[in-house]
Amino acid sequence: MLRLPPLEFRAPTSLDEALASLEGGGANGAGRVRLVAGGTDLWPNMKRRHQQAGTVVSLMSIDELRRIEQTARGLTIGSTVTLTGVLRNPAVRDRYPGFARAVAAISSPPLRNMGTLGGNLCVDTRCTYYNQTEEWRRSIDYCMKEQGTICWVATNSPRCWAHSASDAAPMLCALGARLKLVSSAGEREIPLADLYRDDGIDYLGMRPGEILTEVTVPNDADSEHCRSAFWKLRRRGSIDFSVLSVAVALWMDKHNAVSRAAVYLGAVGSSPVAVDTAEELLVGKTIDEDLIAAVARQARKDATPMSNTDFVPAWRGKMAEHYTHAALCEAAGLPVRRQAPKHGLTVV
Amino acid sequence: MAANPKVEAVGRDLRSGEEYRLIGTAFRRVDGRAKVTGRTQFADDLDFPRMAYVKLVRSTVPHARIRNIDLSAALAMDGVLGTLVGAELPDKFGILPVSEDEHALAVDTVRFVGDPVAAVAAVSEDIAHEAALAVKVEYELLPSISSFDEALRTPEPQMHDYADDGNIHKKVSLKFGDVEEGFEEADMILEDTCYFEGNTHLAMEQHSAVGVPEDAGRVTVYSSTQTPHYVHRALTKVLGLPASRIRVVACSNGGGFGGKSDPFNHEMVVAKLALKLGRPCKVTLTREEVFYCHRGRHPVLMHLKTGFKEDGSITSQHLRTALDGGAFGSYGVASTYYTGALQTTTYRIPNYWFEGARAFTNKPPCGPKRGHGTPQPRFAFEVHLDKAAHHLGIDPAELRLRNLQPPDSVTANWLRIGLIELRECIEAVVRGSGWKERYGKLPEGRGLGLACGAYLCGAGLPIYWNHMPQSGVQIKLDRSGCVAVFCGETEIGQGSDSVLAAIVAEVLGIELEDIRLCVGDTDLTPVDLGSYSSRVTMMVGHAAMQAAERARDIIARAVAAQLRVSETELVFADRRVFPAGDPDDGLDFSAAVVAAEARYGTLGTTGSYIPPRAPGRYRGAGVGPSPTYSYSAAVVEVEVDPQTGVYDCRHVWMAHDIGQAINPVLALGQIEGSIYMGLGEAMMEEQVFRRLPKKLSAALVHKMPSLLEYKSPGFHDMPGITSYMIESRDERAPMGAKEVGQGPLLPIMPAVVNAIFDAVGVRVDQVPATPELILKGLEAKARGRPARVGPTRFPRVDYGTPVEVPTPEQGGDGRARHDPKHRGLRSASGTMKDRDEALKERRSATLTTA
Repeated sequence: MLRLPPLEFRAPTSLDEALASLEGGGANGAGRVRLVAGGTDLWPNMKRRHQQAGTVVSLMSIDELRRIEQTARGLTIGSTVTLTGVLRNPAVRDRYPGFARAVAAISSPPLRNMGTLGGNLCVDTRCTYYNQTEEWRRSIDYCMKEQGTICWVATNSPRCWAHSASDAAPMLCALGARLKLVSSAGEREIPLADLYRDDGIDYLGMRPGEILTEVTVPNDADSEHCRSAFWKLRRRGSIDFSVLSVAVALWMDKHNAVSRAAVYLGAVGSSPVAVDTAEELLVGKTIDEDLIAAVARQARKDATPMSNTDFVPAWRGKMAEHYTHAALCEAAGLPVRRQAPKHGLTVV
Repeated sequence: MAANPKVEAVGRDLRSGEEYRLIGTAFRRVDGRAKVTGRTQFADDLDFPRMAYVKLVRSTVPHARIRNIDLSAALAMDGVLGTLVGAELPDKFGILPVSEDEHALAVDTVRFVGDPVAAVAAVSEDIAHEAALAVKVEYELLPSISSFDEALRTPEPQMHDYADDGNIHKKVSLKFGDVEEGFEEADMILEDTCYFEGNTHLAMEQHSAVGVPEDAGRVTVYSSTQTPHYVHRALTKVLGLPASRIRVVACSNGGGFGGKSDPFNHEMVVAKLALKLGRPCKVTLTREEVFYCHRGRHPVLMHLKTGFKEDGSITSQHLRTALDGGAFGSYGVASTYYTGALQTTTYRIPNYWFEGARAFTNKPPCGPKRGHGTPQPRFAFEVHLDKAAHHLGIDPAELRLRNLQPPDSVTANWLRIGLIELRECIEAVVRGSGWKERYGKLPEGRGLGLACGAYLCGAGLPIYWNHMPQSGVQIKLDRSGCVAVFCGETEIGQGSDSVLAAIVAEVLGIELEDIRLCVGDTDLTPVDLGSYSSRVTMMVGHAAMQAAERARDIIARAVAAQLRVSETELVFADRRVFPAGDPDDGLDFSAAVVAAEARYGTLGTTGSYIPPRAPGRYRGAGVGPSPTYSYSAAVVEVEVDPQTGVYDCRHVWMAHDIGQAINPVLALGQIEGSIYMGLGEAMMEEQVFRRLPKKLSAALVHKMPSLLEYKSPGFHDMPGITSYMIESRDERAPMGAKEVGQGPLLPIMPAVVNAIFDAVGVRVDQVPATPELILKGLEAKARGRPARVGPTRFPRVDYGTPVEVPTPEQGGDGRARHDPKHRGLRSASGTMKDRDEALKERRSATLTTA
C-alpha cells in the first residue's frame, strides 16, 4: 500500500504547547511543520507526497478544542469536534438544519467519524492533476500547486485553479459564521468568508503560526431567524467530494420580505464563491420564482467550474443555475421541481 | 422398489431431475465463517520469517526506450536487500500462446505509464517504497497511441512485431450464410453506431503475491489469482525451471471478476527475487497499480446493421467492432472474437457477418472482465432491437419473443445451443415489472427498459492446445469418515468451494462438515483451469460428480457385500448407507467407508471433465462454444430529471435461466452483484486517459487511478431488485446447474438506456450514460434535432477477406468454404491456433502430466 514518508509526530495536550511546536518550522518541503486534526485529508496527501512535512502536530489531544458551547453570540464549536460530533449535537440539528445537511453530505460515515469541522474548513483545494501519487505526478512533470510550474487545467494561467472542497465552508459562510485564530502573538476573530482566498495554492488567509480553534455560528442564523438550504452535486450518494454545492441563507421580515440573503457556491472556484447580487436582487422583496430565477442565472455566471474534477465543466455550470434555483425554492418554501440528491437526507 | 421415493432419488440417479437433499437449499457457504470472522488468509495476510517487501518501479512515460536504470541511490539505502531488472528475466510470457508479449520487467521498451521497469526488495514496506521512488530511469521517448483511430493512423513504430497489421493487433472477418441476400429480403434495415467505454474490475482486494524459496531450488508462489495453473505455466517459462519445481497456491481472492486471470509481472518478480535473495518476498499492489494491471473491459466502438421483416424477424446482421486493446495482447485475441461470437445465441440470425479488430495503444492492457467481450455487442444489439421495435410498431418484449433461438439448435456461426429458458425469463420480468400496463405509459421523466443476454457455461476449449481434462477432482476417503476433496479450482468469492463441497456431499449423502477441501494448489491438487468463463460449476461440478459417484460405487459394493443386499438398492443419505426398503438395516457413513477400506485397501477416486466437441470447424470456431448457455432478461425502471439529465434507477427486475441453483442464496448474490456491476458500467464507470497539450508534454496518463475518483456505485445508488431464478435443469450441466456469475450483467446496460428513452425520448447510444449526455440529447430534442447522443462515425478498417462459412441451414458442415488448410481440423483453442502450430506446442502440454 501507499506509505507515509518518515516524519516526527507530536500530540500536544495544550494549545500553548501546540503553538510552541509550530515555531521554528520551515515553510516548505520536508522541514515543514504541519497541523493535523482527523487526518482524513493530510495523511492521504502525504502518502501521495503532494503535501510534505518533517513534523506533524496533532490537535486531537487538546481538550479545549473539542467542546461545543452555547454562548451569548451563538453556537461555538471547537475546531477538532468531529463531523459526526457536530451532527450528533441537538442544537446543530434543531437550529441549523442547512449546516447539518452540509456536514451530513461530507464524505462517508467512517470519514465523518475521524474528520473534524476545522479540518473540513481548512481542507486542501483539489484538482485531478494534483490529488495523485508522486509517480503519477512525475508522469505529467508535476503541476504548479506542487513542484511544477504549469497549471494543467489552464496552461496559460498564472494561477492555480484547484477547487475549494469543503462542504461546511459555503454553508457557514452563508450563515455568517466567525472563526477564532490563535497564535503565540495573540488571537483574532474573523468572518469565515474572510479566511478564503481565490487561489488554488494560497487558498487560506491564515498567518504563519496560527491555529484555528473555534467556529461560532451566530444566533441570528438559527432556524428561528433564518431559512437555510444546502444542495450538493456529486456522482454518488456518498463519499464523493462536491463538484458543486449551493448554500442558501434567507432572513425574512414580518411581512415575509427578504431582509438579508446569502448564497454561496462550493467547488466551482478556489474558494467558496459568494453570489453577491443575491442580496441586491432579493432584499426588500417578497421572494418569487422570477427573483429566484434571476439569482440562479447570476450564480451560473459567478461559478467557474474547471476541468479538474468529476463531470464536464459546462454541465456543472448549468447545474449551478439549476441547483441554486432549487436551493432557493427550498429555503423560500416554494415547490422544488428538481430531482433531489439522494444523499444528505438522513442527518445522523 | 422404494419405500420412500424421495430418499431413493438421493442415492440413485442424480441426473434424473428429482429432488436433492442439499443442492438447491440455502446452506451456509463453507468458507463463510472464516471470511466474516477474519480468519481467511488472503495473500497479503501471509507472513514468513525473514520476509522482504517488494515494490515495483513503474514507467512514468507512455512509450519509450529505456536508456538507463540507475539503482544506486536505492541500493545505498539502509534496509534495501536487492533489486531486479528486466534483463534478469528475458523470457516473455502472456496468457495466450499466440501473444506472449510481456516481460516480467520491461527489457528495452516501456509501453504505458505504469509498465513495470524494475523492482526493489527491502526489510520493510516503507523502505521499499522510498527506494522505489529513488530509482532513476532515463527514457528516450517514442510516439504514443491513445485510441483505436490513432493506432490505425500510426502503423509505425509497431508496438509489437507480431501484430496483424501495423498497430492493429488482430483482425477477424467471419461470414456465415448469405448476408447480402438476407438484407435483400428485409423490409427494414437498421444501422447503429454505438460505443462502450472501457472500465475496470475494481475488486476490493488489491493483487498480492508472495514468493517463498524452498529446498532443492524449488519455489512456491502464493497469489491472489483466478488461474493458478496458467500462472504455473508462465512461471515455468519465465524462471526457466521445470514445472515440478514450482508450486503455485491460489489464495482466497477478495474478488476477481476477470482481473486476476492473467499471469502478472509481480508474480514473476516475487518468485525470481525469492530465489535471488533466498528470502520470502511479498508484493501487494497499491490501488493505482491495480488500475495499471487492468485487463478490464475493452473500449469498443461498434457498427451494427440488421435486416428485419415486417413481423420483426431478423433476416441478416452485419456487426463491426473496433477494440482499444491497450499495450499488450492479454486475452485480446479471444476478446476480439467474443465481440462477435455470442451475438447469435439469443435470437435467430440466419445470416451473420462479424468483423472485429483490436488495436494496440499505450495504455494498460485490456482483457476479460465479467462477460468478456460480450457486454459491448450485446449492448449495441439490445439497444438496436429497442429501436427496431419502435420502428416496426412491435412491443420490445414481443419482438424478442418472436425471434427466440430454438433450444437444441445450432446457430448460424455453429454454436450448439442447449436448453433455452429465455422465454420464461422475458415473461417473468414483463409480469413482475407490470410492463404491459406501464411501458410507454409512465409520466414524462419515468420509463422502463427491457433487454436480454446469454452467456457461456464455461469456454469449450482451454487457453492452450491439449487433450487433457479441463478440470480434475480427487477424493480421498478413510475410516475417519472424513472425505478430503482435492481440486485446482479457485475461490474468488463466487462460492466455488461451496459448490464443490455440496456436490460431493450430495452424492455421498453426507454433510458439508464431513468434507475437507484442498484447492488451488498446483503441487497438491489436480489441474483445474481456473475461475473464468463461468466454467467452474460446469466443469468442476462434472469432475466432482464423477469422482464422488465412483467413491459411492466402491462403498456401495463393500456395503452391499456386508449387508448381503444388492448394490442398486443402497441409498446414501443422512450420513448413512442403507437399503431403500429397510432404512434401519444400514451402516453409518464412516462404518461404510471402513467396510470399503477393509475390502479394497486405501480409498481414492478421481473425476475429470472435458467439454463436448463443438460443431464449428472453421478458423475462429474455438471462441464461443460452451456445453450450454445461460439466459437472462431484465427490466429497469428509471426516473430522469428532464431539465438536468440527472437520473436514478428505481428498480431492476432480473430473471436468470440458471438450470438449477446449487445454492439459491449464493446464486442471488451473483445476480445482485451482476446488477450492481452492470449499473456501474451503465451509469458512471470509465477507465479513461488524458493527454496533456502536446506542445508542453508527452504525457498519456490514467485520468483517475483511485477508488475515490474512479466512480463506481455505492449502497446509496443501488435500486430495489426483484430476481427470478428460472430453474429448469439442463442435462448438459452437473445437477442441471448453469452459470450465474456473468450472464445477469449483460442485460443491465442496454436496459438502462432503453429505459432512459422511454422516460424522456432520448437515445443514448453509449455507456456510461451520463447526465450530461442525456441533457445534450434533451437540448437537441428541444431544438427539433434528433434526440440521440453517441458516436457518429465508424473508422474505415480493412478487416481482410472474410472467412466464409455455410450455415447449418445452408447444409454446411461447420467448415469454411475453400479452406483446405482447416479442412476437418479442430480449430485448436481459445488461442485460435492452427492445428499444425498447436501440435508443435504439444510438448508444453506435458506440464500437467510431468
